[in-house]
Amino acid sequence: MLYRSALRASRAFTPRLALSHSRLVSSLVFLEHKAGKLSEASLSAVTAAKTLGNDTHGLLVGTKSEIENALDRAKEIKGLSKIYLARSDSYSHSLAEALASLLASIVSAKDVSHIFAAHTAVGKNVFPRLAGLLDSSLIADIIALESSGDTFTRPIYAGNAVLTIKSSPKDSVKIVTVRSTAFDKAPVATGSAVIEDVDIITVDTPTQFVSEELTVSSRPDLASAARVVSGGRALKSKESFDTILNPLADSLGAAVGASRAAVDAGYADNSLQVGQTGKVVAPELYVAIGISGAIQHLAGMKESKMIIAINKDPDAPIFQVADVGLVADLFESVPQLVKEIGNVKV
Amino acid sequence: MRPTLPSLINILVPVKRSIDYAVKIRVASDGKSVDTNVKHSMNPFDEIAVEEAIRQRDKSGEKVESITALSIGPPKAVDTIRTALAMGADTGIHITTPENTIVEPLSVAHAIKAIIERSEKEGKKFDLVLMGKQAIDDDTGATGGMLAGMLGWGQGSFASKVVIEKGGRIEVTREIDGGLEVVESKIPMVITTDLRLNEPRYASLPNIMKAKKKKIETLKPEDLGLDFTPRLETISVTEPPKRQGGGKVETVQELVAKMKEAGVL
Repeated sequence: MLYRSALRASRAFTPRLALSHSRLVSSLVFLEHKAGKLSEASLSAVTAAKTLGNDTHGLLVGTKSEIENALDRAKEIKGLSKIYLARSDSYSHSLAEALASLLASIVSAKDVSHIFAAHTAVGKNVFPRLAGLLDSSLIADIIALESSGDTFTRPIYAGNAVLTIKSSPKDSVKIVTVRSTAFDKAPVATGSAVIEDVDIITVDTPTQFVSEELTVSSRPDLASAARVVSGGRALKSKESFDTILNPLADSLGAAVGASRAAVDAGYADNSLQVGQTGKVVAPELYVAIGISGAIQHLAGMKESKMIIAINKDPDAPIFQVADVGLVADLFESVPQLVKEIGNVKV
Repeated sequence: MRPTLPSLINILVPVKRSIDYAVKIRVASDGKSVDTNVKHSMNPFDEIAVEEAIRQRDKSGEKVESITALSIGPPKAVDTIRTALAMGADTGIHITTPENTIVEPLSVAHAIKAIIERSEKEGKKFDLVLMGKQAIDDDTGATGGMLAGMLGWGQGSFASKVVIEKGGRIEVTREIDGGLEVVESKIPMVITTDLRLNEPRYASLPNIMKAKKKKIETLKPEDLGLDFTPRLETISVTEPPKRQGGGKVETVQELVAKMKEAGVL
């Protein structure tokens, strides 16, 4: 119940927050990590925050050892003048109940005008709860923002329309999640952030972590990979999904993705799903194999720089967005492509 | 009053009427909205939530006492509630709004909270809110988390499996980046559904007929002391930049040549 007092404090700060260029006001970026490994998506959130031109601070939350692991790299992030640390065993596994209460208290105690996170599974879980605690809007999945700090652009209808909104002063703190593929990653090299511990808020949370089961992969992480090779239902089985796609992904140094149809059919794990309900990617190269190109899938990949499609059906919608399309049987053409790529590289 | 806390669970399922997922949407001529004069249906994630509520009852009949479908929207949102009733929900609540008004996630969360509190005063305690993880129109994905925060309830977002256990606890398997996570919460709780939780049923004709006799309570925002004035002002709605298809090649060799040309090989 400690956040109640934090809430009152945040209301008291409102008049000062209205002066958005006051030097006291800062932006805060939630630096996500997994067991102490910093999330690359958070670096894009830093770049979004820097658009506002005011002091930008980072926040690391986790167990003591996790923070120890994440801090070396976090300190090097260019553009952060300060990094707050909240170290406690009660923050393991990023449970929304514990984290949102902590964030609510920091936002008011540190006079934060904007709080940013990457629009990842963690950001999407914690930030709505934070918005509920602070009785504020959530501005989700932004692809652009203006330096005034109150105008944001975000995709709606699975990316089939683009909405620009202006936030009202009633939302004294702007709570924002950032589409990481829409912003460059902040460089990690020359940072010089000051480190400061913040008070720990312990909430009697009704929810406990039980277990987790992560998909092990030696390939690049799908969300941040520069190249992605994706397969659809036309791959026909889990065996052929792997035997056809993996050599191509390996020859290109690419991550493997999948359409929802391939995931639902059991050919690929659901963590590989690209689309509105899965991951949104924007790699340099996206190779769509046996994917028809439904609206939901296109929403997850049409920002890719170069799209290549291989499909048997010349009328598949994927060819309308592909830079290069090949109408062919994937079971013949993909192995051939792997061979040709091998020849080029020799 | 109920004899023991966990033995009988009341489930509230908020459902949204949104443009059908298969419709190719068009930006309206005012440049501030999309053309809504098209087919609408229940938000697909909400269908999954209704289905899950019904399956929980089928699985553990003695545990689920009631399933209430709630929708906030224009007069036609009542069709969405009827769909939920035809699938198997018991009663409906409709908070009416004028045509073409936007009710933001924050307002929806306040409205759901108000319904829960009003019911509690009348002696009916909701133990579980089951709702979609996001609506496919505004794609925000905030309402469930906001509601859980406002109520101080546990939350299980992006659920792909829900097990109501003895002793008033619920185990939720969540879809996270890189795999799955299992959390456990005591009731009351808010759960948001992911795609793989279940496959929603179609309402049969007899059930559609039966649903017409089920009770739907109609309320106005004022009846609950709610103000739906938006906080976010729409500046513009535009078409996304069009992507130009680059044409097709005949052979794998030509494809490789194009890749070389683009510098990806």
